[in-house]
Order: sequence, then C-alpha cells, then structure tokens
Amino acid sequence: MKYMLLIQFGDAPTPYSPDEWERLSEDEQKAIYRAYNEINETPGVTPSGVQLQPAEMATTVRVEDGKTLTTDGPFVTIKEALAGWLMFEADDIDAAIELASRIPAARMGGAVEVRPVVEY
Amino acid sequence: MPQAAPRILEQVFRDEWGRVLAGLIGFLGDFDLAEEAAQEAFAVAAERWPREGTPANPRAWLVTTARNRAIDRIRRDRTLAAKTRLLDVPTAVGDDVDSGSHRLDERLELVFTCCHPALPLDAQVALTLRTLGGLKTEEIARAFLVPEETMAKRLVRAKRKIKAAGIPFRLPPAHLLPDRLAAVLAVVYLIFNEGYGGRGDLAAEAIRLGRALAELMPDEPEAQGLLALMLVNDARRGARFADGTVVLLGDQDRSLWDFDQIAEGRAALDRALALGGRDPYVLQAAIAVLHVDEPLDWPQIAALYGELARLTGSSVVELNRAAAIAEAGEVEAALALVESLELDRYHYLHATRAELLRRLDRVEDARAAYERALELVQSDAERRFLEQRLAELQG
Repeated sequence: MKYMLLIQFGDAPTPYSPDEWERLSEDEQKAIYRAYNEINETPGVTPSGVQLQPAEMATTVRVEDGKTLTTDGPFVTIKEALAGWLMFEADDIDAAIELASRIPAARMGGAVEVRPVVEY
Repeated sequence: MPQAAPRILEQVFRDEWGRVLAGLIGFLGDFDLAEEAAQEAFAVAAERWPREGTPANPRAWLVTTARNRAIDRIRRDRTLAAKTRLLDVPTAVGDDVDSGSHRLDERLELVFTCCHPALPLDAQVALTLRTLGGLKTEEIARAFLVPEETMAKRLVRAKRKIKAAGIPFRLPPAHLLPDRLAAVLAVVYLIFNEGYGGRGDLAAEAIRLGRALAELMPDEPEAQGLLALMLVNDARRGARFADGTVVLLGDQDRSLWDFDQIAEGRAALDRALALGGRDPYVLQAAIAVLHVDEPLDWPQIAALYGELARLTGSSVVELNRAAAIAEAGEVEAALALVESLELDRYHYLHATRAELLRRLDRVEDARAAYERALELVQSDAERRFLEQRLAELQG
C-alpha cells in the first residue's frame, strides 16, 4: 500500500518563524532536523525532494466566470497549509500511522494527514 | 440425527455468526465477500438442519460450507479473486477442517479491526454490531434512531475505508494494545449504555460481546472488569422502573434482580482483581458489586469513587462520590462537594443537590434545585420521579 503523508505545521515552531524557533534550545533544534533526516531515510519512504517556502509566500489562483482571481496566501489558513510531504510504502495503515507519529510537526502542534494513494 | 428445534437453531446462529464471519474475513480479506458467503451458509443450514438434523459440529459445518461457497464464487468470477488476499484459489475444504482450534476464532482480530481509530466512532459501533453481533442493518438503525439508509451508508463507507486505507485484519502489536483495547471496550460500553436506558436488546448484545472479549483475552483485567460492570448493572434492570418512573436503589424490589447474572459478574470482578486490575472498568465494577451487597458499605463505595475520580478526573464521578458520602452520613460535606462541581447543565447535579438540601431541611433551596433539574431532564421516567419529589416537598 502506498500512502502520502501530508504535513501541516499548525502551531509547531519552524525556522520560518524565527521568534518561536529561537525559543528552542540548539539541541532541540538539532533534534528536529535529525528526526526529519531519519524519517526521510526510513525504508519505504520516498522524500518529496523539495522544500516548500513558508505558506505566507503562497498565492492562490481561482477562476470564476472565466476571470482569474489571484489572492495572497494559501487556500486554507496559514496553520492548515501544506508544509511538506513524503510518500511511504507499507503493508498497512498502522505502519503509516507509526511513521506519521514520528514526524516532529505532529508532536509540536501540527498534524500529519495519512492519505492512501490510488493504485491500479 | 434428531430434528433441530427452531429456537435452538436460532441460538446456534446467534452464537456462531461472529465466529464464522471472523474466520471468513481472515481467510478472504474482504468483508463483503465474507458476509455473503456466511449468509449463504447460514441460509443453507436453516433450510437443511430442520430436515436432516443439526450436525455434530455445527461450527465446522458452517465454516466449511461458507468457505466452499466463497471459493466457488471466486472460481466463477476471477475479478473477485483480485479482491481477496488469497494468492492461489484454494481447493474446497472437507469436513476435516480444524474447527475446534482457536485458529478459526478470529473474532478478536475482527473486533480490533472494527474499532480501529482510523474509523469514525459511529462506524466502529455499527460495524461491531453488524459483524460480531450479526445484527441486521435495519436493527442497528432502529437502535440508534437513524434511517436505515443512513446506517447502510455508514457501514458501506466503513468497509470501503478499511480496504482503501489498508486497515489491517490483525491484533495490534503489544505496544499499541492498551490504547486499542481501551477503544474496543469503549465501543462495547457505548453499545451497553444505549441499551441501558430501556432498549434491553442492545444491552444483551453488549454483554455477549463483553463475554466474548473476556473469554478471548483472559489476562486483561479491564475486559473482565467491563463484563462484570455490565452484568451487575444489567441484573438490576427489572427493578429499575415501576409505574413509568425511576425506582431508586434502596427502594428496588430485590426479587426482580437476576442473581445468577450478579454471580457471574462477581466472578468476572474476582478474576479482574486477581489479575491486579485497578483501572476504571474494574473500579466501576467493584462499585457496582458493592451496590448489590447488603448492607451497603457507603464509606467503601465513596472511597472507590474517590479512586476512580483520581484516575479519570471526572466531575460526574465526583458527583457520585458526593452521593455516597451523603449516604454514609456526611450530608454537609456532600453538599459542599456538589457545589464545587462545574456541571451546571447536568440534571443529576441539580437533582442530587436538591436531595441533599431536602435532607438539610432547606426546603426553598431544594425546591429551586428540583425545578432547575426539571428544566434539564430528558427521560420521562426521570421527569416523573423529580416531579414526585418536588410535590413531596410542597406537601
């Protein structure tokens, strides 16, 4: 089974929010980077290979009645916006849940959505 | 072979449905296929057994027949084979299928699958009742006061999610077991509570599930504790209502209690305590058992409520503790505790406060409290009880 793990930062401190990020000790910051690296190197994981710029840098495009509407920011709230993703191949959802629970964002005020991928 | 009486057949079907279905789901890896095969097997049995007599081993017969039906279907329809997790379509099995062993009893795997946290709670309840309880969709819909179509969609969506999201059919690994077991027990208790207010059939279903769980997990104190709790509370059901109103414990006609069930409950509690159980269901069971003892040991009941409150942090438990403290003779202390609780929308809080105020002869305050309780009460039987109490005050 293939799963997409979609990460939302929520309230989690990230390098993009320097005030909160600086409140973490250097060890805590290093531990977060290490955790993300370990996850990316877990067997079965295909990292996204890209790093997204923060949600504040997003632009949302909609088309209504043939007119293109462009607005600043993500489609959802900043906290809910996609922060990153990875693909995971596993036997069942329990393995995907276990991996998701190790993603730092999940325990720091964010969330990880585990979405099964359509397979033909 | 002797002719099978219809009632015995019905009993066999009820007992065996969950086991047979669980075994099939384990074998086929698909809920719908398994359900169809099981239904066919039971239909054949219903037609044949009254004529030919019940087989020596009904379970083996049902499992064998169902498996063979499923295999037949898969052979005829290759697209179905892709749905199952059978690598090769097996040949039909004979009567020597090992039916007595626990290998075929995959009800534990089934209940953990039905109660997986990736499914919404209402779906967990519905699926458990449908697959383990064998209730028809229409029966479950009626029990939860939703249209049949709503319940049918709920079940379809749940089964679809199990497949699409890869919810596994197996026991959770040891490190996940405590949380997952708590979820399963919560579902069973939810089913019991839906039946507790009067719809006795669901309470009986919950107890059946509880018995199965206790049997399948003999070393889990909370499984024993939940079973004990349900048995003891259900045993008093016959005495709880009279003339459309609630009858308090102290006024209940004990001859209407089911003492065999109470004894079964005590035995389950003893097993739980012997296993060192001291978690919420075990504590609640101990409290329930103390309530059927004579004379009532209110200080001990209050102490157990205290332990339970510390574990759960529940204000409702504290309210119950207050009632026990009052019964033990400390009405002022009980009132003080009640008044410290933040449960303003809970009618039992106001009813309890009213009762305590009444005992302290604070009639005006008691009246106001009963009136507040009447604003919030839901059930007719409880409303009548409160109205009676209020009337006694004015008199």
